[in-house]
Amino acid sequence: MSRAAAVTESRLARALLIGGAMAFLGFFLLLPLLAVFSEGLKQGWSAFAAAIVEHDALAAIRLTLIIAVISVPLNVVFGIAASWAIAKFNFKGKSLLITLIDLPFSVSPVVSGLIFVLLFGAHGLLGPWLQAHDLKIIFAVPGIVLATVFITFPFVARELIPLMMEQGKDDEEAAVSLGANGWQTFWHVTLPNIRWGLLYGVLLCNARAMGEFGAVSVVSGHIRGMTNTMPLHVEILYNEYDFVGAFAVASLLAVLALVTLVAKSVLEWRFDYHHGGAGH
Amino acid sequence: MITVQNISKRFGDYPALHDINLTIQPGEFIALLGPSGSGKTTLLRIIAGLEFQDGGKVLFDGEDVSDRKVAERGVGFVFQHYALFRHMTVAENVGFGLSVRGRKDRPSKSEIKARAEELLSLVQLGGLGNRYPAQLSGGQRQRVALARALAVEPQLLLLDEPFGALDAKVRKDLRRWLRQLHEQMGLTSIFVTHDQEEALELADRIVVMDHGVIEQVGTAEQVYMDPASPFVSDFVGEINRLPVMIAGGEVQLGGISLAIPAGEHPDGPAQLHFRPHDVELADHQPGGLPITISNIFRKGGCWRVEGHHAAVDRVIEIDLDAGVAPPIIGQQLVAFPSKSRIFAAGCP
Repeated sequence: MSRAAAVTESRLARALLIGGAMAFLGFFLLLPLLAVFSEGLKQGWSAFAAAIVEHDALAAIRLTLIIAVISVPLNVVFGIAASWAIAKFNFKGKSLLITLIDLPFSVSPVVSGLIFVLLFGAHGLLGPWLQAHDLKIIFAVPGIVLATVFITFPFVARELIPLMMEQGKDDEEAAVSLGANGWQTFWHVTLPNIRWGLLYGVLLCNARAMGEFGAVSVVSGHIRGMTNTMPLHVEILYNEYDFVGAFAVASLLAVLALVTLVAKSVLEWRFDYHHGGAGH
Repeated sequence: MITVQNISKRFGDYPALHDINLTIQPGEFIALLGPSGSGKTTLLRIIAGLEFQDGGKVLFDGEDVSDRKVAERGVGFVFQHYALFRHMTVAENVGFGLSVRGRKDRPSKSEIKARAEELLSLVQLGGLGNRYPAQLSGGQRQRVALARALAVEPQLLLLDEPFGALDAKVRKDLRRWLRQLHEQMGLTSIFVTHDQEEALELADRIVVMDHGVIEQVGTAEQVYMDPASPFVSDFVGEINRLPVMIAGGEVQLGGISLAIPAGEHPDGPAQLHFRPHDVELADHQPGGLPITISNIFRKGGCWRVEGHHAAVDRVIEIDLDAGVAPPIIGQQLVAFPSKSRIFAAGCP
């Protein structure tokens, strides 16, 4: 009892700390979220719905989904491959690879976008060759996919590397010693061991893929109904003083964020349960 | 018969194994004994095919298996931390080796299930097939790991520190049981341990390793009673190690000539080894090592007496028959090693 008292703040201090944290969260996180929804619904549900089913808005939603459907699976494959290599093998340049995986997090999204413009743009390194072969990457869907893949690359890998390192390679060696081939080992042993962490990474990766603004803005060219993703569409509407339209689409993105948060909490709970309960 | 020929292995700049030669007869139970970093686990993994040597060969019945992968060598491997597949039931774990076989050799699902149940009763875990590894105790998990390794009908069973993660009581039971299983199934087994007691109790022959070389291969009796090097003498069983001088055929310590024959050893510094139970104590006699008793306690079936000598910085340990009255702390006595061994100085 006395030991517990020694580390417990006074009632007033506790109330101030908790109250302060709550007020901060309310002001900076909850209030803007509510504002998004209330602005979107300012002129009623019909205006809200009209803004969403509007032609360009639907195109933006469709494009955003296409981008996510392409880039998330790609980064699941890349992420698993990279974390597998890092966690299970020793090779030269391993720490360089770990650092490189973090690059998209440390570099400004605008720069990430510009990289691709410099590479594939009309005046870029590969621009003339692409033009000669009539391939469009910048200001087209492939460019947006590339920028999104680049930006979201770390999510799956960073989730899996610590997990796979902690698990070591005993399980894989056991499977191989029992006669399993590479694919069987991956499918029956490695994948089940990492599934919750992987799902968690996929979730974060998806949220970012749908919500990315900076890098995508640079490479997209903002062609309405063609290369506008949802975040870009919101910006355009907002700049045109179409607040209901902007906030209606924005509230879709906000719903995505809320769904992600709930799913993340559920996954964390499952993950801890499986992780903690499994012993070695 | 397993033959290991001139095996060497480096990890980067670190020499893990150096020119290892070993022959293991069918049916033998072999312990690889050594401190951590001695290369014992690396040698086991090379025999298994989980690691590959830089030089040398591994032969199974005269056939070179050096290039074969672990699955092609017909070995069962039991990992130190069991490496059970946590998302599979115990029965699925045991049946794994059968269920990943190619379609042609794969038994039917019901056959695999029956085989797993059979193996589980062999390791005394009958009826626990539907549990998950997390629901089992450490000793039970180890037995599941063993059943899983046995499911692929290996000729050779390899165990890496099989009892390392278990508490003392479980360890002892499991040890005896493993020895029985080894005989019952007619296996050839090699296990790695740093616990000399485990090696002495279980193994037909012990391979004592240090710093990537084999120091001695022999039965428990040979390794304990006739250690080939000061390292083996020190590592296997308890030992008193005293720095002595050999001069004119006499063994001297702190200017006193001990009643121990120097044998063939040349003059100069040397080290004298003797076991705590190979010492007698007397009041005052020439030729003994004068010591002051510093501590006495009951150690199982004997008295453990600790004494000091001015020229020795280590405590000298002596075991006395529990039937005799022990000396008193502070008493001045002389110790006579009845069996001792002299090694060149400077060796570890």
